[in-house]
Amino acid sequence: MSTEERLRDEEDAAEPQAPSENGAKGNMRGSAPAHGRDIVARSSAEVIGTSVVERTDAESSLEPEQELMTVNLGPHHPATHGVLRLLVSLQGETVIDLKPIMGYVHTGIEKNCEDKSYWKAIPFVERMDYLSYFFNMQAFVGCVEKMLELEIPPRAEYLRVIHMELNRLHSHLVWLGTSALDLGAMSMFFYCFRDRDRILDLFEMSTGQRMHTRYFQVGGVFEDIPVGFERKVRAFTQEFPSRIDQFEALLTNNEIFLQRTKGVGIVERERLKALGVTGPLLRAAGEPWDLRKVEPYLAYADFDFDIPIGTVGDGWDRFRCRIQEMRESVKIIEQAIDGLPEGPVLADDRKIVLPPRHELSTSMEALIHHFKLVTEGFRVPPGECYYPIESPRGELGCFVLADGSAKPARVHFRDPSFVNLQSLRDMCVGEYIADMIQNLAMLDPVLGGIDR
Amino acid sequence: MPDAPGLELIRAELNDAHPDAITGSYYEHGQACLVCDPAQIREVLAWLRDTPGQEYTFLASVHGVDYLPAEPRFGVHYELLNMARVERVRVRAALADPGPDALPELPTVSDEWPTADHQEREVYDFFGIVFTGHPDLRRILMPEDYVGWPQRRDFPIGGEPVIFTNTERDVPGWYA
Repeated sequence: MSTEERLRDEEDAAEPQAPSENGAKGNMRGSAPAHGRDIVARSSAEVIGTSVVERTDAESSLEPEQELMTVNLGPHHPATHGVLRLLVSLQGETVIDLKPIMGYVHTGIEKNCEDKSYWKAIPFVERMDYLSYFFNMQAFVGCVEKMLELEIPPRAEYLRVIHMELNRLHSHLVWLGTSALDLGAMSMFFYCFRDRDRILDLFEMSTGQRMHTRYFQVGGVFEDIPVGFERKVRAFTQEFPSRIDQFEALLTNNEIFLQRTKGVGIVERERLKALGVTGPLLRAAGEPWDLRKVEPYLAYADFDFDIPIGTVGDGWDRFRCRIQEMRESVKIIEQAIDGLPEGPVLADDRKIVLPPRHELSTSMEALIHHFKLVTEGFRVPPGECYYPIESPRGELGCFVLADGSAKPARVHFRDPSFVNLQSLRDMCVGEYIADMIQNLAMLDPVLGGIDR
Repeated sequence: MPDAPGLELIRAELNDAHPDAITGSYYEHGQACLVCDPAQIREVLAWLRDTPGQEYTFLASVHGVDYLPAEPRFGVHYELLNMARVERVRVRAALADPGPDALPELPTVSDEWPTADHQEREVYDFFGIVFTGHPDLRRILMPEDYVGWPQRRDFPIGGEPVIFTNTERDVPGWYA
């Protein structure tokens, strides 16, 4: 038993019964904690000085002569890709234990959605994972469409696919630039952000916004693409594979990069599945699991693309998987632009979809529908639905519970970053602290998605 | 997805193996859901994972739902996935509200399904549903000294009072 534990035991013995106003605090496990409905009734003793001290489990298993250093990495460290705090127990330079602590950018988006009508919740949910906003939108909008049993026109499906795959490229480019930066390859950051900016320019052209576009809506997409967008996308997809070649020329066989990533952070495939890990992390370990292939949604069944997988699942495999995924995304975008069907971009259900603007001045019904939809929103029949899609980080699932009103009763996002982060401990324990930075970079968490 | 008759078969077989474990089932939007007695949630999930022919080995998501005003009020959803057949089934542990002074409880599954660890903490954090046996059941996204269960339906949006110097005496406990 360590000294600390002994000390704690003595403290417990010294005051066997905590005073009743304090009794429910501290360890809020099985004992009935202070109930929160009456939030104004809590005493100051419950607010100050009772928080649990964060510690990792490693300290309890120490021999007396061992020395352990506990280090806080983050929450304001550039290598944590956001406000992630890692409590790391170190012995020398070796990571003995690790505990991720999050919640620093929790903004209560799920709760806020319950107070918004469905169409007003769309811009909210896309701000969760701020690098894959089209995916967040598709998860939510697709879920609502499934509950409404609403079919969207084929052109809208294709436009969604084009934007989501561009978004995947954008997300992977940010990952590649920042991860290479973590490993010391500074110029990669500039090259990646240069190309990322071209994608944002494309988004600006088609949707009017560079990020957080609110382009998808229930029933299709907000607007048809402008003239010249196709040409710009084609120019981009023609050039981009050569850019990927350049990235690979810089990194793939780079001696330093190989030494930093080869054989680092390997977790067994079965263990990854037990941890619920999905996306490029799981594919790098050799599991060909991609929801675009196995449960095709939207128009993904129409396209010819491959699912890149790795062999051992080390950092290098994860890198190679994502690079290859970018090439596959380019293939999908090209096919979608080539096969883009003509027709409307919004479904024709006037109870759900806003009428075209020009009808408002000529049609009384259109005006009434418009008024009802904007003031109240459409109603969704009672029921619940879980709708998973493949985001750049893995399975992004949206759960919506509808109670028959115009507002959702519950919106939950199963964010891949949140679940994948649990595998970080398995990757890092027993390795050097420098490898932890590499593991975190290849894990690609987005804290906006973790904290929601 | 198992279809509607397939779901009833699973329900009947599960009830044979674990009497009274499944209290209901429904099939909507092409998704199958089993309503389960929370005390037997471990047995039900283990049966769905280990029984030949079921093999739902991947736990995709765990999340909480507050069905207020329906009874039983709370639900903890386990989205199970069979990767080989690409079939999903949802298990819903239906928990009654034990009243304002207690919290609903059900056993943890985080030892058998490591992915449930953080997700159960999230459900606890937002709904005040206690997972007995969980190794580290603390708040995960809300501040650790936060009081209240913010995702419950009776928790108001913007629930914390805004305190000004002229009103701080009216809100006990919020000033030092």
